[in-house]
Amino acid sequence: MFKATIFVTLKDSVLDPQGVAVKGSLHSLGFVQVQDVRIGKRLEVLLDSESREQAEEQVQAMCEKLLANPVIENFAYEVEEVA
Amino acid sequence: MRFAVTVFPGSNCDIDAIHAIKDVLGESVTAVWHKESDLSKYDAIILPGGFSYGDYLRTGALAAHSPVMEGVREAAEKGKLVIGICNGFQILLETGLLPGAMRKNDHLQFRCSIPTLRVENNETPFTLQYREGELIQIPIAHMEGNYYCDEVTLAELKRNKQIIFRYAGENPNGSIDDIAGICNRNRNVLGMMPHPERAVCDWMGSSDGMKLFTSMLQYWKENYGAA
Amino acid sequence: MQLKQLVKSLPHEPTPEKIRDQALYKELGLREEEYGHIVRHLGRLPNWTEVGIYSVMWSEHCSYKHSKALLRKFPTQGPRVLQGPGEGAGVIDIGDHLAVVFKIESHNHPSAIEPFQGAATGVGGIIRDVFSMGARPVALLNSLRFGELTSPRVRYLFEHVVAGIAHYGNCIGIPTVGGEVVFDPAYDGNPLVNAMCVGILEHDKLQKGIAKGVGNPVIYVGASTGRDGIHGATFASEELNEASEEKRPAVQVGDPFMEKLLLEACMEMVDQGLLLGIQDMGAAGLTCSSAEMAAKGEHGMELNLDLVPQREKGMTPYEIMLSESQERMLLVVEKGMEEKVKAICDKWGLQSAVIGHVTGDQRYRLYFQGELVADIPVKTLVDDAPCYAPEQKVPDYYRENETICPVEQVKDVDPQEALLQVVSSVNMASKRWVYQQYDHMIRTSTAVRPGSDAAVIVIRGTDKALAMSTDGNGRYVYLDPEQGGRIAVAEAARNVVCAGAEPLGLTDCLNFGNPEKPEVYWQFAQAIEGMSAACRELETPVVGGNVSLYNETKGQAIYPTPIVGMVGLIEKREHITTQAFKAPGDVILLLGETDAELGGSELQYLVTGKISGRPPRLDLEKERNVQQTVLRAIRSGWVRSAHDLAEGGLALALAESCIDGKLGAHVSLETDLAPVVHLFSESQSRILLTVSKENVDHVRTLAEENGVACTVLGEVTDHPELTIQVNGQVVIHQPIAKLTQRWEEAIPCAMSPSSI
Repeated sequence: MFKATIFVTLKDSVLDPQGVAVKGSLHSLGFVQVQDVRIGKRLEVLLDSESREQAEEQVQAMCEKLLANPVIENFAYEVEEVA
Repeated sequence: MRFAVTVFPGSNCDIDAIHAIKDVLGESVTAVWHKESDLSKYDAIILPGGFSYGDYLRTGALAAHSPVMEGVREAAEKGKLVIGICNGFQILLETGLLPGAMRKNDHLQFRCSIPTLRVENNETPFTLQYREGELIQIPIAHMEGNYYCDEVTLAELKRNKQIIFRYAGENPNGSIDDIAGICNRNRNVLGMMPHPERAVCDWMGSSDGMKLFTSMLQYWKENYGAA
Repeated sequence: MQLKQLVKSLPHEPTPEKIRDQALYKELGLREEEYGHIVRHLGRLPNWTEVGIYSVMWSEHCSYKHSKALLRKFPTQGPRVLQGPGEGAGVIDIGDHLAVVFKIESHNHPSAIEPFQGAATGVGGIIRDVFSMGARPVALLNSLRFGELTSPRVRYLFEHVVAGIAHYGNCIGIPTVGGEVVFDPAYDGNPLVNAMCVGILEHDKLQKGIAKGVGNPVIYVGASTGRDGIHGATFASEELNEASEEKRPAVQVGDPFMEKLLLEACMEMVDQGLLLGIQDMGAAGLTCSSAEMAAKGEHGMELNLDLVPQREKGMTPYEIMLSESQERMLLVVEKGMEEKVKAICDKWGLQSAVIGHVTGDQRYRLYFQGELVADIPVKTLVDDAPCYAPEQKVPDYYRENETICPVEQVKDVDPQEALLQVVSSVNMASKRWVYQQYDHMIRTSTAVRPGSDAAVIVIRGTDKALAMSTDGNGRYVYLDPEQGGRIAVAEAARNVVCAGAEPLGLTDCLNFGNPEKPEVYWQFAQAIEGMSAACRELETPVVGGNVSLYNETKGQAIYPTPIVGMVGLIEKREHITTQAFKAPGDVILLLGETDAELGGSELQYLVTGKISGRPPRLDLEKERNVQQTVLRAIRSGWVRSAHDLAEGGLALALAESCIDGKLGAHVSLETDLAPVVHLFSESQSRILLTVSKENVDHVRTLAEENGVACTVLGEVTDHPELTIQVNGQVVIHQPIAKLTQRWEEAIPCAMSPSSI
């Protein structure tokens, strides 16, 4: 069994209105050091793949096909073997 | 003219679209469940508003992979008319039938109101009964209508006159270049955040949406003879 | 004779003896004498599961033990009532084989803790109550109370409650068309979130929450059961305090997408006539729905808890039975129909499971891992809940208020200054900030959108429409619960009359403090007295509702706040009327009389920072006459606009009608009262009309016949100004643009204090 942890984030060029709002709130709470906030998603996917290579291939495909929208989002992932 | 309205789990403006076509426009309309992929019987397809699949993952992302979208893609390729309204627009973006992507409104709130739109291009099957530059009032109701595309795409949209509607007053969602609706290069696929089916009788607050449907009908009659 | 099976206790749970000896039932909110009743009903000591079941069934929320006796005072019957209180929602005939189904319910406690999900699940619950009657939900309303927006915590609660309501209603696709929001320090620690749903039903589709027919299957449909919301009903029946944070049940998360699927699946089952009984698993979850269905059907029920779809591992019977996971429905169908139900659920991607069957012996039996874990005479859960009539005491404040004269407090205020203050008070100002977050146009049947006295929904396939409104002024009720109760009903009725509708009936949500306090119980009893009197006089039966007690924080009760949700029928769409002025030259008429009544008024609050004295008095006969006059005038086609005079009095009503109609008005009146008193008095039974010149005499004659005072105030103008002359002197002269700006910006400004 493999566990893929997938991170989907907005591309740097795309404004993140939620991030802007959170930054504002952090500033008003006194965290004035905060320069930027970007909000993304973390997905955990459990796969019954034959090998790590196969699992990575599948995760790459599912990110491209569904989990991230290439127009506005980037993705990255880690795959680890679990019991 | 035979209309189809696609129904996904979570669609909720399907009945409004059906009402507008059947009771107000007086044309035939069929609700098509998302598991059907053959849409060859229909001349026009409406992807209605709502929260298909709960808007989970990203708005429109899960619906974009359902069987009925194969039928929609085929219909678009054959030159039939396809209109995506609100969530339907989001689905068209996710399938790639229209360029760009949708983000949350810049104020982070859902917004329901009746904004003024400007008809930017009346040389499409959807807008031929409007005047160019005509100001019309069509309701909106969405959380994610903040249209985005990169500079290159935007330049292309402008060059090809694919921007069909812009918000004429306050931009209610922060969309790039005040875009409210765009079409594909062939002019037969339209995506728009405002809901024309909610503006078909005066008592609804506006009847300006009616001309969109009568334009489609006129186009079809002129090009394909029969109604 | 069947061998009596032994009811098991699970190894890790307290034994029946320990529950008794250590009085563990008290932790579940049961009193010692109540525990005694349970032992007598069972003829033995209850195990942990059984104590849990009794504790939720006998909680205030499910059993109305402190309110049952008083609620009997409400008139609940009428020639059009098809279903009164006791089912998911009330049902009233509207002709054409159609009926309107509606109910209001509170979600105050959950919203105080987690405002977004608390409000969202409140909306989800009330929608299920309506569609479990077989009706298609067509509209939502909500009535909200918060502390003052100067507090960051209140702004947080307000913002997230509104977002939660919007999230659920918008996603499921039912328009939120109306409601009200009031801010007052009385609700600082204890906001009120009351949600109302209205549905339309074809007569022959009416469903009931009932279990009948021995051997018929009991089917569970919808979301899986988790550990969320366990003891929500009990939690809602206690005061909030510092310990509430720890005691609170896991927050329930609403899934409007799931509910949309559940709604459509249930509608298909209703259309196919598959259901014998259906009930929402709402408060007290599976326990309440199954026990009530069995008791109402005079049957028993056996459930196998291993078959209940579960989201978490290792759940005990206690947890399964008391979970308040959302978006679940319990069905009873004729044996043999299981497959048809399953096919519909499969189509909508919903899970369903047969979890038990109906029995004939009126016992409520639960099995878990092959063992009997509860065996209860089912009627004792539902019909034998204790009933209390606590002591009542007239509060000191009520006596003290008798000598206070509110008029003296405000009579020197400049009327113009008063108007500017009132229009920019967050209570009186535009609620656009709220309702633009609600999809109020979906289903394309909304003929009057939020912002007028009542919202109007057209009924497709007929020329009819429904008008609906929620109302309840806690300040008045606090100052005089009996008068305040009358006003709550009368004003809600007046609102729908102003839309052109005949009031049909109402649902109420009674939000009060701790009933075990004699002063609170007095308020409660008096308010019900006043509401009942108004219901009888106006012939608007109470067909359903909800009681929310224990609305207190740190021992401080909210204002007693009964909320009335009124529904009225508009016979013809051409009768639909709004408050906006329509055309220059129209004559402005005032029906009703103005007295010096400023106790509990918005002006008093703005000037003195508190409320005191006696509230306005309501003469029920006058109220009835004024409503009938207006309705007849509207039906005769004479009325261009109609607006109820409420908080803020005549001056605010004129301003609102100008703002809405984007027109001006010139008004001139004679009075013995000080101008500011006349203009801001909140005397009841008054309605502002505009009519075209040729119809003025018609309306005056009609009013005279009905014994209603009718005064010509002035006319609508196309000068964008509001000018009010009193006894020949101009006391208010303001551009509409300025009033509009103050009125529109009050809430947005209050919500972003840093931007001022």
